[in-house]
Amino acid sequence: MPGPSFDRDVIVIGAGPNGLACAHRLASKGRKVTLIEAEATPGGGIRALPDLAPGLTPSLAHLVWQIDPRVEAAMDLSRHGLTWEATDIPTTVIGRDGNLVIRGPLTEGPDAAAWKALYQRLLSFAAALEPFRRMAPPRLQAGGNSWARLAKNLIGIRALGTKDFRELLRVILINAHDVAQDELTDPRLRAALCFDAVLGAWAGPRSPNTLILLLDRLAGEIAGRKGALGLPKGGMPALAQAMTNAATAAGVSLRSNSRVSRISIADDRITGVILHSGETLVAPVVISAIGPKATILSLAGTEHFDTGLVTALRHQKSRGGTAKLHLALSARPDFRGADLRSRLLLAADEHEVETAFNPVKYGEVPDRPVMEIVIPTAFSGGTGPHLLSANVQFAPHAPKAGEDAAREAMLKACLARLEEAAPGISALITRAGILMPYDIERQFGMAGGNWHHGELAVEQMLFNRPIAPLSRYATPLKGLWLTGAGTHPGGMSGAAGRNAADAVLEAKA
Amino acid sequence: MSAAPHLNAPPALTHFTTPLAQTPFHPRTEAANRLQGWAPWAGYMTATCFGDSTMEHTAIRNAATLYDISPMVKYRITGPDAVAYLNRLTLRDVGRLAVGQVHYTAWCDDQGKVMDDGTVFRLGPDDFRLCCQERHLPWLLDSAWGLDIRLRDETEDLAALALQGPVSATVLAQAGFDIQALKPFRMTTCPFDTGEVMISRTGFTGDLGYELWISPDLALPLWDHLMQAGALYGLMPVGSEAVMLARLEAGFITTGMDFVPVQHAVREDRARSPFEIGLDWMIAWDKGHFTGRRALMAERDGKSSQWALVGLDIPGNVSAEGAILYFDKRREAGFITAACWSPTLKRNIAIAQVEARYDSCDHLWVEIYALRELQYQKLMLPVTKTARPFFAPERRRATPPGRF
Repeated sequence: MPGPSFDRDVIVIGAGPNGLACAHRLASKGRKVTLIEAEATPGGGIRALPDLAPGLTPSLAHLVWQIDPRVEAAMDLSRHGLTWEATDIPTTVIGRDGNLVIRGPLTEGPDAAAWKALYQRLLSFAAALEPFRRMAPPRLQAGGNSWARLAKNLIGIRALGTKDFRELLRVILINAHDVAQDELTDPRLRAALCFDAVLGAWAGPRSPNTLILLLDRLAGEIAGRKGALGLPKGGMPALAQAMTNAATAAGVSLRSNSRVSRISIADDRITGVILHSGETLVAPVVISAIGPKATILSLAGTEHFDTGLVTALRHQKSRGGTAKLHLALSARPDFRGADLRSRLLLAADEHEVETAFNPVKYGEVPDRPVMEIVIPTAFSGGTGPHLLSANVQFAPHAPKAGEDAAREAMLKACLARLEEAAPGISALITRAGILMPYDIERQFGMAGGNWHHGELAVEQMLFNRPIAPLSRYATPLKGLWLTGAGTHPGGMSGAAGRNAADAVLEAKA
Repeated sequence: MSAAPHLNAPPALTHFTTPLAQTPFHPRTEAANRLQGWAPWAGYMTATCFGDSTMEHTAIRNAATLYDISPMVKYRITGPDAVAYLNRLTLRDVGRLAVGQVHYTAWCDDQGKVMDDGTVFRLGPDDFRLCCQERHLPWLLDSAWGLDIRLRDETEDLAALALQGPVSATVLAQAGFDIQALKPFRMTTCPFDTGEVMISRTGFTGDLGYELWISPDLALPLWDHLMQAGALYGLMPVGSEAVMLARLEAGFITTGMDFVPVQHAVREDRARSPFEIGLDWMIAWDKGHFTGRRALMAERDGKSSQWALVGLDIPGNVSAEGAILYFDKRREAGFITAACWSPTLKRNIAIAQVEARYDSCDHLWVEIYALRELQYQKLMLPVTKTARPFFAPERRRATPPGRF
């Protein structure tokens, strides 16, 4: 049956890393793709935010943990201008009795050997689970499951050997705090393990199923390096630029400053999108990377979906627990002599991480937040003013005290915690800004201000991400697909974008 | 005996004195219930039989009867999006329902499996009542998300009586209610005592009949008034046994008896789609999206229904209740959900679920265990598919209703 004639095959909504990866993949397979971005610049969570001071350009995400190797290879990012300041950034834990530097498996102190063994074991577990990130989640009720790949992946896990396989089963749903206490004695190492497990999550290290979040973080790689931690030259916006260059070079037509107000639907199938400007763009396929909740509950409209699905999606948890702090500093701060070309963790021990989560459960601001600090200007060797960028945990997404009061309290608590770790830093601050989860929701459209457009938690992972009936990127509405951090496997590695594009290609083939 | 209870003491708990709730008609139904035969219905006591079910059924078909349907679950839906809401929730197109009209409908979950059937009354342009067997408040609230409606469970706010039988219109006229012009599936409001009674020409017997809806405080005066008016016409209260016999003759299905509502089904294969229980005629495909539509479309287009609901004629006079159906006397092919020897039709009838491939009922046999003087005798009888309703007298539709 000849349908309406479309001058494009696919519209992708949202030019974040996943949207870019998805659009690129489809364009390089010959599809005519229009990528629509509400903001002036593409990048989503890695786009440039307004300068804090001349030359100091913050971004929401400030480090790269992983780039999907398929995306990295296909987009050939180095050819499109991506270079790295570093892909092996060490972590420095600012402890009570001195700092501790961690370089992957290597560290100092009494736990050096224990850490190495634990880290390598976790890395091997992560590697065994990693292949699941590169496929649409298997689902019994769905057609088109790749049983061969699933079997291969499962065999890959079993191939860890009896002892390690048993150990993986023991720890896969354990909490990070227990592992830290079982395996380590140095409070700084425990703090690092716990902090990284719950970074970006709405969970404390004692919350169940938090170790799997760390495994997921360790599963990725950058430029072939496992367990990497990278910072692009020019900051995160440079990664966005390289991905954008690659996408446009592949033929993706990018429309910035275009906010979608409605996905248009006729006769129970997608016909395109309507922009805020009133302009209509037609396409038989629309892939939304802006988040499952926003896409289905707002852009498409619940009237096109069944009650059970709408209810499940409404109830999907999406609470942001991380605030973003940006400081302009007049000079280099001194974190007790720590090398500023590292990631600084302000968490003295595992209890501090857990304690910072407690008030957030009740919509309150913690007195002593824990944080991850990156000073991008230190990497580039600048001698002028510095930018301090920090992920601060935990922050309430719906504060009891009201948004402004909570923001103010959070900033105050952050500055006090910073002053304690880097005495004298307060005097260097020329400008400060903090984005609470609700600010992040407003500026980036992430539901609840959660980085992943829906919490990354074991009950919302794999075939339950975002919810079971939407877990294979397709929606029940013909022509509407989901991608982005809200879909499997979450995050901004581009994996979700690639997987969704492959699902679309497979369905059309 | 004067020790004052503590000021903040909770009121004494007396729930155990009436473990089942009593309907507003209870003082009358209890007095009339010679055998004190009761069964639970949606948390209420309901009379199973007032003394002689056979006589009660005979009255349904030959005189007039009163059946207390107050336990029926009733939801009120009002607001500017009420039509959109009911269209999203249910299978039929509520937009085609006129004010003052009633229709029989059903609704499904996302997988297109039936949750319940019921009736929708359009009381005003944006004002509806949904009557059903099961309670659905969470599902109804979930379905309302994003729509501007008000939803209220008014089960307890409304007493209801079914006045059924060929003489029912005569009884109503005798009682002073003008229902001569009232067509089937229409309703009207009449003044009564200090208030009013809503009368709909609906029912569950397949006969001429009405349902009367009234505020609980006027329930007893209404009962008394009707019993007075019907005294010379053989009006008698009936229990659920007689009504269930009548509904089977009319070929009506009952939630929980002829199918398991999906939200209560424990076994995965017990859920049924509208196609599988003969309700697919309801589906308004062209009204836009509704919950379950895509699943039902896939079932329709893929012809993937697993079951069929059929009416059966069975030789002899032994009711086939609970019997299993066999293909060629060997392979299990389905089961009887309701059966009786129909006193009205003088036929042995049944409603059955059969696997979709045995829809024609050719070569199907029913295995009946007949109790004959303390001893069960196994009968294997051939069945014949027959149209539902089994019994559909013209008088149920005639307007104005006939005088008998």
